[in-house]
Amino acid sequence: MKYLFYPGCSMDTSALEYKRSTAAVFETLGAELEEIPDWTCCGASAASVASDLLGHVLPARNLALAEQIDEDLTIVAGCSACYTNFRRTQAAVTRDRALLDQVNRALEVEELTYKGKAQVRHLMDVLANDFSPEEIRAHVKRPLEDLVVAPYYGCQTVRPFSPYDDDQAPTSMLPVLDALGVTIQRHNREASCCGTSLLMTKQEAGVRMVAEVLDACEGADCMATVCPMCQLNMEGYQDKVSKVLGRRVNLPILFLPQLMALAFGLPDDVTMFERHMVPFKPVLSRMERTAPVAAN
Amino acid sequence: MAIPDVIDLTKSGRDPTFPHRLGADGSMLHRCIQCGTCTASCPASEAMDISPRRMWRMVQLGLVDEVLDSKTMWLCSLCYQCQVRCPRGIPLTETITHLKQLAMERELVSSHQSEAFYKAFADVMRRYGRNREMEFMVRYFLQGNPLTAFKFVRMGATMMMRGKVHPELPVDREGRSLEKLFERVAELEAEA
Repeated sequence: MKYLFYPGCSMDTSALEYKRSTAAVFETLGAELEEIPDWTCCGASAASVASDLLGHVLPARNLALAEQIDEDLTIVAGCSACYTNFRRTQAAVTRDRALLDQVNRALEVEELTYKGKAQVRHLMDVLANDFSPEEIRAHVKRPLEDLVVAPYYGCQTVRPFSPYDDDQAPTSMLPVLDALGVTIQRHNREASCCGTSLLMTKQEAGVRMVAEVLDACEGADCMATVCPMCQLNMEGYQDKVSKVLGRRVNLPILFLPQLMALAFGLPDDVTMFERHMVPFKPVLSRMERTAPVAAN
Repeated sequence: MAIPDVIDLTKSGRDPTFPHRLGADGSMLHRCIQCGTCTASCPASEAMDISPRRMWRMVQLGLVDEVLDSKTMWLCSLCYQCQVRCPRGIPLTETITHLKQLAMERELVSSHQSEAFYKAFADVMRRYGRNREMEFMVRYFLQGNPLTAFKFVRMGATMMMRGKVHPELPVDREGRSLEKLFERVAELEAEA
């Protein structure tokens, strides 16, 4: 299996552990990920506020680059905001051919043409649906039996474009987590929003949103995420969340592929747990103490 | 500006074309039946000065100033919960983006911080093609209220310590500048 890969800005910098673990997990599963060369920002939430056209041209530039390589290959996006922007533009040009013409008039300066053909899927979708739980389980060298994981999808992973899961009560992560051997802790904020840029612009409101999610995960050893924005917000403001909730919150926030890499027995330079602001190491040490000694 | 509980519609200046200024999506607002599903679904509604349900009614009524001066749209985090749940099928989240566009034109002090965020991000995209996190933060602090930076000192320091972000000088353009593309989009929008 071969996919085109759009990492997006965060995965290439502050969420490098997400990119590294995703690449390694795909390799282990025998799938090829080819990064789209010369990709640029999808426009995030800012481009469409600047102008409608810019909000479509920036995603389209990347989709055009992907079509140039092979329009039949699926593009995998690991950031839910990038994923949503691509889907949004794809849906808009399918509805409105005049918009597609306008987008292509803009892309002329980049010598690119967007045909509206490239297919984009979320990494969550691909991990849940292109690999069976048995396939994933077959690569598990270290079942994470002693780990309680709270799944968290966030909003744009499943809304408004969720051809692969329910947009209110998603479940696609469960078979993957189950294959890793973890204990899953379900909660009622799995598809709630992390607050995105509100943490930067209206911090009080944003921290309240993060607090609701983290409060729902009380008792878990860590959270599994599939979006760099969710991960950053859930991890970065726990001191402020502790004040809101009146109790100390100290929950490691991991990317799902990091947990897969850990279970697959991949090395530390793939999992990169040392990069987390809320350290995962204490949980790892506890797991090592309680794990049955492997018979070699 | 505080919004009174009762708005005297005979005294307010109203623009009946307001919904139609919010793009193709906005013209669907006439379908709204004021059921309140949007407000009930919104994770930030508590912090808003006008609830989403009330705001959509005010848009229908053409209360341009009251709506655009409010902070409601700036508290939208684009979670799409109201849009996917709207029983009338109105693309509410998409319409919020158009409200932000119109509000940006007014350059209000009350939304200065949110606007600074979007402008700083657009500047970095334009110059480098990709986000450069540290430079974006610095630009955001400088364009908005620089004191905001203090809220991020501890987090920024931890991120640097863990190697998640690195100090950046605004020089390395890596040949991916989107200057030409941004200019071209501006030209095409001026034509339209």
